[in-house]
Amino acid sequence: MAEGVKPRVKAPSSAAAGEAVVLKTLISHQMESGQRKNADGTPIPRSIINRFTCEFNGKSVIDVKMEPAISTNPYFEFEAVIPEAGDLKFTWYDDDGDVYEDVKSVAIA
Amino acid sequence: MEFTRRDTLAIGMGAVAITVLPFRVNAAAEEAISAFTGGADIAETGVTLIAPEIAENGNTVPIGVEAEGAVAIMVLAMGNPTPGVATFTFGELAGAHSASTRIRLAGTQDLVAIAQMADGSFAKASSNVKVTIGGCGG
Repeated sequence: MAEGVKPRVKAPSSAAAGEAVVLKTLISHQMESGQRKNADGTPIPRSIINRFTCEFNGKSVIDVKMEPAISTNPYFEFEAVIPEAGDLKFTWYDDDGDVYEDVKSVAIA
Repeated sequence: MEFTRRDTLAIGMGAVAITVLPFRVNAAAEEAISAFTGGADIAETGVTLIAPEIAENGNTVPIGVEAEGAVAIMVLAMGNPTPGVATFTFGELAGAHSASTRIRLAGTQDLVAIAQMADGSFAKASSNVKVTIGGCGG
């Protein structure tokens, strides 16, 4: 399930130093839970994104361990403190070994 | 092989335990909780779990968790085939220690959020969600 995976991130382009900003992320992904069965009654194998991390200039903001109970197109909303200008790096880890990344730069206003 | 009275009793108890086990639907959830807390006591206050009272579609139920001073928050859906939902670990640059996401719920059930605080203590919150259409396919 590596095709059609597209991360989307909403982050402010600038912030005051030390300000907590709200980040919203969405990634299009089937998130096959492993519980569903196809028409023949055979289970469809699990294929999910199992981990999501957000870092700012290499320092961790959040690290989420995801299980099959996370919905299709996983969405996360959380806050990050922006101490200085830099890059927010978002990383998603797929069950099949793929890693999806997105980077947003934040300037100090 | 001879059965003594003691052996017979032991086998009987084993059989009873085996028949009773499947009814303990929350065994996996309890295991997940004890693995997370290491068996420590869990306080009842300090965590906020935001979940709808009624979810029409179990495929996407919006939830949110918040715990001031938490290091990590684990969310469990007690009635799902696998109870684990997500574990949020907050880093040094986390703002308010809150996160929201969308989850799948198989049916009407209790949601539980357990937070590990910076001082090593644990706190939990739970919420009952009524689900109109379950979200596990099938």
